[in-house]
Amino acid sequence: MPAWFGHRSVTLIVLAAIVVVLPLLFPSSYYFRVASLVWVSAFAAIGLNILMGQAGQVSLGHAGFFGIGAYAVAIGPAHLGLPSWGALLIGAVISAASAWLVGRPILRLKGHYLAIATLGLGVLVALVITTESRWTGGPDGMSVAKLSLFGWRASGSSTWYWISGGVLVVGTWIALNLGETPTGRALRALHDSEVAARVAGIDVARFKLQAFVIAAVYASLAGSMLAMMNGFINPDQAGFLHSVELVTMVVLGGLGSVVGSIVGAAVLITLPQVLTVFQEYEHVLLGLIIIVSMIFMRDGIVPTASRWLARRVRV
Amino acid sequence: MTILAASNIGISFGGIKAIDGVSFAVDAGQILSIIGPNGAGKTTLFNVVSGLYEADQGRVELVGEDVTSLAPDMLAARGLSRTFQNLQIFQRMTAAENVMVGRHLRETCNLFADLFRLPSVTRQNRATREAALALLDGVGLRGSADQLAGSLPYGACKRLEIARALAAEPRVLLLDEPAAGCNAVETEEIDELVRRVAAKGIAVVLVEHDMKLVMKISDRILVLERGRPLTEGTPREVRDNPAVLEAYLGKHGAGEAARA
Repeated sequence: MPAWFGHRSVTLIVLAAIVVVLPLLFPSSYYFRVASLVWVSAFAAIGLNILMGQAGQVSLGHAGFFGIGAYAVAIGPAHLGLPSWGALLIGAVISAASAWLVGRPILRLKGHYLAIATLGLGVLVALVITTESRWTGGPDGMSVAKLSLFGWRASGSSTWYWISGGVLVVGTWIALNLGETPTGRALRALHDSEVAARVAGIDVARFKLQAFVIAAVYASLAGSMLAMMNGFINPDQAGFLHSVELVTMVVLGGLGSVVGSIVGAAVLITLPQVLTVFQEYEHVLLGLIIIVSMIFMRDGIVPTASRWLARRVRV
Repeated sequence: MTILAASNIGISFGGIKAIDGVSFAVDAGQILSIIGPNGAGKTTLFNVVSGLYEADQGRVELVGEDVTSLAPDMLAARGLSRTFQNLQIFQRMTAAENVMVGRHLRETCNLFADLFRLPSVTRQNRATREAALALLDGVGLRGSADQLAGSLPYGACKRLEIARALAAEPRVLLLDEPAAGCNAVETEEIDELVRRVAAKGIAVVLVEHDMKLVMKISDRILVLERGRPLTEGTPREVRDNPAVLEAYLGKHGAGEAARA
């Protein structure tokens, strides 16, 4: 395999090129919208992958942080007169703070127990959003003010395509950075052997918590972007099914692979659009495709594909 | 100078005393071996001393400082490293990365610098990798630096663990059966490696079943039986002690061995 293959800057350049070139192929604004959805979901998935793929800790409640970010940009401008970007930052801080507070006790848990605890966290956030209808509009959701910066208002699907695409490139850059640093190595080490990591002097609890907080901030920012892009938000975005969807993106694309999270998000967002031609069989087919790809690509799409490519190149 | 001293260590699991009243001390540059039949409590003793288990009684001192029931990462920061009987390498990382993790305590780790990969991070990475490669060279694994640790043969993984433990520049190194499952050539390599480590002034505590290796390299040997100290002395003293033979072979076996 050539040395540049899979290198950080190559990955980033290819991703940026795809973001720039893709619109040339779009026949209508509907495509801009679907692609923006992919970028936003990919951004959340990349963050979750730092927790799941690198540190090896599961979160089944990650949509909770997505919801916090989304409702921050909804409630901030509507009820508190905050500018959208300020509300976005506050949402990220609230997500980080709650991840830190909740993460301290629950990240002591392992495997299934951690899964259930994070699940509970997600359910709790969704419950608060649904019941505090005076602030959140309850189950009906609420409208979200448009993002405006220095008098410029972000609206229209192509504008959001560029914003979300740009943010995704930055998010990818940061996630790729992390892998080959003391922090990234500590996360991967505790994933493989927690006891050996501790003996090597790694404060395991601290690093797990860092990964959890980073993942929460990613999800929160993604939630804020989606809310402002759609101009509307409802509690489903914070719900359990959305958490599962994020986990599926990460696992389907490949645990630990940053590119994998983008591919996983792309598959999970675009596939239902493609499958609508099968009408009532849509969900059956979606489920089948996921099952079959997990059977034949257990490590996820991207790691399997790059192994296959590596074999081809060497021969 | 005494680097590591454990006194009167005791720990029970469900009412059964796994270790009871065990003491030992090891000086800089000295090799102390702990031997005993299976189930004598050697690994349990290691787990207590390295902070993985909390002892019910006793005291552990590291360079004169009380470190009893300190967490493993805190002990590591004070200069205690160890390897494991059942391999605990980071399978999905390369050999070089495994050793780089061992350098963790010698690196500055700043989350924001890492996330944005500031120039200081790149610089430090390069230095850490250099140090890791030198350590791999020391255990004869320089050529496998960029291979995934999970794909290395067993003997190589054993040496990789030692290199990772040494990366922290410890004052005392606990080796839990470094030669287990190794062939004669690999055992020879471990032998030489342990001697070199001790020659650098690191205190070495060794748990090992390979008696030839133990007798050859130990300065002193502590014999445990069913969690209690049986005897302690030089290799010669231990070899000539009939109680030791009895512990391993039983009364009848010891008699047979004496006649043989």
